[in-house]
Amino acid sequence: MLSDKDRIFQNLYGTQDWHLKGAQARGDWADTKEILAKGRDWVIQETLDSGLRGRGGAGFPTGRKWSFMPKESGKPHYLVINADESEPGTCKDRDIMRHEPHKLVEGSLIAGFAIGANAGYIYIRGEYYREAECLQVAIDEAYKAGFLGKNAAGSGYDFDLYLHRGAGAYICGEESAMLSSLEGGKGFPRMKPPFPAMCGLYGCPTTVNNVESLAVVPTILRRGAKWFAGLGTEKSTGTKIFCISGHVNEPCNVEEELGIPLKTLIEKHAGGVRGGWDNLLAIIPGGSSVPLILPETCDTVTMDYESLQAVKSGLGTAAVIVMDKSTDIVKAIARLSKFYMHESCGQCTPCREGTGWLWRLLEKIGRGEGTVTDIDKLELLTYQIEGHTICALGDAAAWPVQGLIRHFRDELVARVTTRKAA
Amino acid sequence: MTSDVKAGFEFNKENLPKVKKHLAKYPSDRQASAVIPLLDLAQRQLGGWLNQAAVEYVAGLLDMQPMRVLEVASFYTMLNLEPVGKHHVQVCTTTPCWLRGSDGIMETCRKTLKIENGEVTKDGQFSLLEVECLGACVNAPMVQINDDYYEDLTPESMKKLLADLAKDITPKAGPQVERQTSAPFSGPKTCLSKSKEKTRAL
Repeated sequence: MLSDKDRIFQNLYGTQDWHLKGAQARGDWADTKEILAKGRDWVIQETLDSGLRGRGGAGFPTGRKWSFMPKESGKPHYLVINADESEPGTCKDRDIMRHEPHKLVEGSLIAGFAIGANAGYIYIRGEYYREAECLQVAIDEAYKAGFLGKNAAGSGYDFDLYLHRGAGAYICGEESAMLSSLEGGKGFPRMKPPFPAMCGLYGCPTTVNNVESLAVVPTILRRGAKWFAGLGTEKSTGTKIFCISGHVNEPCNVEEELGIPLKTLIEKHAGGVRGGWDNLLAIIPGGSSVPLILPETCDTVTMDYESLQAVKSGLGTAAVIVMDKSTDIVKAIARLSKFYMHESCGQCTPCREGTGWLWRLLEKIGRGEGTVTDIDKLELLTYQIEGHTICALGDAAAWPVQGLIRHFRDELVARVTTRKAA
Repeated sequence: MTSDVKAGFEFNKENLPKVKKHLAKYPSDRQASAVIPLLDLAQRQLGGWLNQAAVEYVAGLLDMQPMRVLEVASFYTMLNLEPVGKHHVQVCTTTPCWLRGSDGIMETCRKTLKIENGEVTKDGQFSLLEVECLGACVNAPMVQINDDYYEDLTPESMKKLLADLAKDITPKAGPQVERQTSAPFSGPKTCLSKSKEKTRAL
């Protein structure tokens, strides 16, 4: 278990002052100038060495993403910070923005410096209105203290940071949709290539990073890549904020080491499963897009990218959704399908039409009005969506349903045959 | 700013400096980027929804085709093209909230307000909308009313919220039980030390 001294977000719960003064007392902005003085290559290499992987769900190494940016392109470079937190189960970036906003602001400056960007946009979901207020205050404080703007933090580097509020669309958390939205359009994802590092915001080289990924960077650079890499597992290094929701006695956010056993995480931090561990039905371990896992897997699985992939699920955003035996599992997954139906942007036919069909078929089966062929139809449909769309929303809609069929086929069959017998 | 904007809507004196501030965030040849912020501002000025005049006004301001602005206004959940109540109650019903009783919250709202999902009360005080994940899952079930989140709800506390709002009392936002934000109900078990972070490793 992680000890408090190794926790990056000391004010995760907002028990301390989140303003500049409080943040500085926690070590933020302490020696930003010295960090930047070490140069762009050092910042990227140190971040690479720390093993930090993107905290927005895909887990791509942050340092490597930065290294894709051209050194000189003759165009402005942009940093876009993905604060459009909307993956069901996930509410970690919210705590960073309202309780530790200066970690994000400082991390943005450092990342902007590393990729040669003189401007950064934080795209925050519109519903996080109060969080946006905190963040704007933090940005204003940083400007006033000379940490942003011309000669940011005395480094000789110019960096402006702007806050941009979205207006309620899950798809804008997809990086290319975010860029479309930021340019003033509908949140339509774009084909890749070209990747944002070549052709992103306004056609310029752009890096999109998640809030948590950037907020941990200043601490990593201060305490050293070795310190961060020494936490977690070999390939999933460091700490991560876990969001534990659903049927637990004490739902909460908590920063823990990657690789912590799922059972330990729930029992030590979330007060255990409602009605005891034996009352567990299933867990979605990484936000709504990843397939659920069964109790026998939950007994032993550890919370890192590799272990969860090995059990055909994923760490995703580390949003742990716990379901006890009282849960109607078909309804729980059907509700997720409805979510994806609502949030599909409508560009690609397999996703626009398919997500609706997933929901309707699951509802039909859930109500006991389905047939055995509906289950096969449902499964086939998921494969007709998966991999056939511009962005990963289609895949994200397919996977939870595939997980349901994989682990609860008997339950689905029982629902359709009970009806036959009756 | 262009002058040929349609009569019927324009930003008021309080909002004009805010418009300027938004526009200053984006490169001068990329002013369309401000479309969501300006539509949001217009919506606030109009009491929660956007009429055609506002859409066309924003289009003129940003030198965009009105159709492009309407596309944006109709794409995003938070931009309303129909009037909403003075208190716009949005109930999160996605799985993490549903697991912790959002059905009961929705039912309480329907019964108390005597309207269905997507409707506005006759006196224009309340509107009710079922929405997708609002990103406060460890504080489920929760609702958003205008700009505030109300969390850790029960049908009883939901009823009280609505009763307070009906009397024009603004309830305290956040968890509606004794709780420190996203910490466990029984209190934080981590980040207990108040001491300064020891971070000198350079």
